[in-house]
Amino acid sequence: MNALTGSGRARPGTGIKVTTPHMGNLHLLLEDLFGRLGVEYIKPPLSSTKTLQIGVKHSPEFACLPLKINLGNFIQALEKGANTIAMAGGHGPCRFGYYGIVEERILRDLGYDFRFVMLEPFGDGPWTFYKTFESLAPGLSIPSLWKILKVSFAKGRAIDRLGRRSLQVRAYEVNRGDTTRALKEAEKILAQAGTTEEIREAEAAAVAVIEGVEQDPERDVLKVGIVGEFFLLLEPFSNFDLEEALGHMGVYLERCVWVTDWIAPRKDNKIFGYPKKLIEEKAAPFLSQNVGGEGRETIGNTVMFAERGFDGVIQLLPFGCMPENIASSILPKVQQVHDIPVQTLAFDEQTGKAGMVTRVEAFMDLLWARRNGRLISVPRRGKKPEAACGGCQRAGTA
Amino acid sequence: MDSQVKPGYLGIDVGSVSTNLVILDDDTNVLAAIYRRTQGQPIKAVQEGLKELTELMRGQEVDIRGVGATGSARHLTGVIVGADVVKNEITAHAVAASQVVPDVNTVLEIGGQDSKLIVLRDGVVTDFAMNSVCAAGTGSFLDHQSARLGIPIEEFGDYALRSESPAHIAGRCSVFAESDMIHKQQVGVSVQDIIYGLCHALVRNYLNNLAKGKELLQPMVFQGGVAANAGMKRAFESELGIDVFIPEHHNVMGAIGSAILAMELELDSGESNFKGFEVTGLDYKTSTFICEGCSNTCEVVRIRVDGKTLARWGGRCGKWEMQDSAGSRQKRELLAAR
Repeated sequence: MNALTGSGRARPGTGIKVTTPHMGNLHLLLEDLFGRLGVEYIKPPLSSTKTLQIGVKHSPEFACLPLKINLGNFIQALEKGANTIAMAGGHGPCRFGYYGIVEERILRDLGYDFRFVMLEPFGDGPWTFYKTFESLAPGLSIPSLWKILKVSFAKGRAIDRLGRRSLQVRAYEVNRGDTTRALKEAEKILAQAGTTEEIREAEAAAVAVIEGVEQDPERDVLKVGIVGEFFLLLEPFSNFDLEEALGHMGVYLERCVWVTDWIAPRKDNKIFGYPKKLIEEKAAPFLSQNVGGEGRETIGNTVMFAERGFDGVIQLLPFGCMPENIASSILPKVQQVHDIPVQTLAFDEQTGKAGMVTRVEAFMDLLWARRNGRLISVPRRGKKPEAACGGCQRAGTA
Repeated sequence: MDSQVKPGYLGIDVGSVSTNLVILDDDTNVLAAIYRRTQGQPIKAVQEGLKELTELMRGQEVDIRGVGATGSARHLTGVIVGADVVKNEITAHAVAASQVVPDVNTVLEIGGQDSKLIVLRDGVVTDFAMNSVCAAGTGSFLDHQSARLGIPIEEFGDYALRSESPAHIAGRCSVFAESDMIHKQQVGVSVQDIIYGLCHALVRNYLNNLAKGKELLQPMVFQGGVAANAGMKRAFESELGIDVFIPEHHNVMGAIGSAILAMELELDSGESNFKGFEVTGLDYKTSTFICEGCSNTCEVVRIRVDGKTLARWGGRCGKWEMQDSAGSRQKRELLAAR
């Protein structure tokens, strides 16, 4: 057995039980990665209202939402027995750069005993990068770390491709909920795969499961692009499962960031399909500077979705996010020049789902009205129904 | 009196502060309109409102061909009365405004607990904004101040119109606005100047919150409960430098919009889901329970009548949402489609 198929082979004696924050399905990749490294991984309970409550209680009021959720994850994982926290570092030209440091300090002040490992980007120095992993898995060689990362990333990308496809299939699903169920099943198929070859085969089987969802290809759907701050985009808990809700309204979605796009050292955005450089070029007429976070990308991605003929764009951000607020103040200009409607939604622990649903429903009405050139888009009797509308569906509940 | 049965369309808008009901004829004329307080009890407000409507409609035979529900309690209302179309209040307001002023470009709407700005071009909504987590600039705040000053809210507008130089009130936040008003009053500024100053503060706050980056063009319609306040109209006109039109039924425009949406379904007699005015007599029971299925611990709301569950909602995962019965599915498919 070589390192590539070493899943589940814990290194004896280290006693390291590592945990990480949740961010969408990042844990699927990490389960695979730590399994191959032979490091015991304590997955925090999936982010929930409870997680947020814990996080809010111990976070500064004005910290952004992702920090509060991270902190909740850590506390829940520590209570589950984790003794090592691995957190992404980086230069973070927004507050994210301080997350790790602040989170560690808060947890120490609360009296938790743990080891804190800051994972700095590969580009900051391959040696430091390697030593960080080596500290978790003593005796790990550089070639085996390289091989393990390669195969785990291959799996992570496959998982992301499934997610990307599910955002499109859901718009056409005949039975509400089928796509979500199929995606879960597909992810399970991939989890079993060991070698690169097995991952390839598993992905084909998993794709077949998603494609197997009963679909109505005749349905007229809206095409909406999702842009904004990465955590809000990647973690469905933080955005009230917005993508699923939109899918149920018959909206075909494309999202501009995926887990492996975000954590990959190279900025070619394999899953989204458009490299960072191109996005920056598209943003340049409106914003030529890096304003931190994903501010510039938000502008560039909006331009790109407009050029590709999408009906509209939704921008998500944590309340008080500086880079995204800069972007949202520039977006009206993009809307005007590229003739594309943009709806901005900000989230924090005070955000209610009802307000978000109302705005999203109204935005979908706006997009339909634009497409049909008519304000009211309920059917005239005898006319062929054009597409399902989530907003009206509850009317029949009885 | 015309004893002929004519088709009618019922629109219901249940907001946080007011519950409005209208009946339109098939030419969108308002046959009856009701504006009442929700007082924290949406079901009761709807039932009482329907009762009032039957009183108003006495002597006229109307066959309800369609029912629309809107407002923050739209889903609840939809279940109670059997609505044919349940739509968000932004769309409902836009629909109503463009019925009254077909070439409307801007809709200002200020209600009890939120405010909206809707931008239209060529009869289609192109942009909108709705305020969030802020009560400054809504009806509730005006209500509160009228009570504090001992001036009925209905007379607020007249006071504002008599003002010659509005006091500058800090309007960013209702708490600051109140301290500032008290300060102005204690140094001897007249009540009418304070009230008109308050109107200006609300308008500035509204524009700062909602209108950033949006082009506000004429014709401009101002609706919602607060449009009854002539001081607010004056303040908008002076801040924007353009004429603001207030429709006759400005306080029930959401309900009118939802009735129009129901009319658009073009249902035949008897096809509507409407449960009839008799629902006023039914005893609806709502209860909530915490789902322990996962760590989200969602609060699920259940609505029952005569021990039978009508609807459930509130869960994150959707497992408590009720499946439609086979009979209503066909109808739903017709109605849910565009």
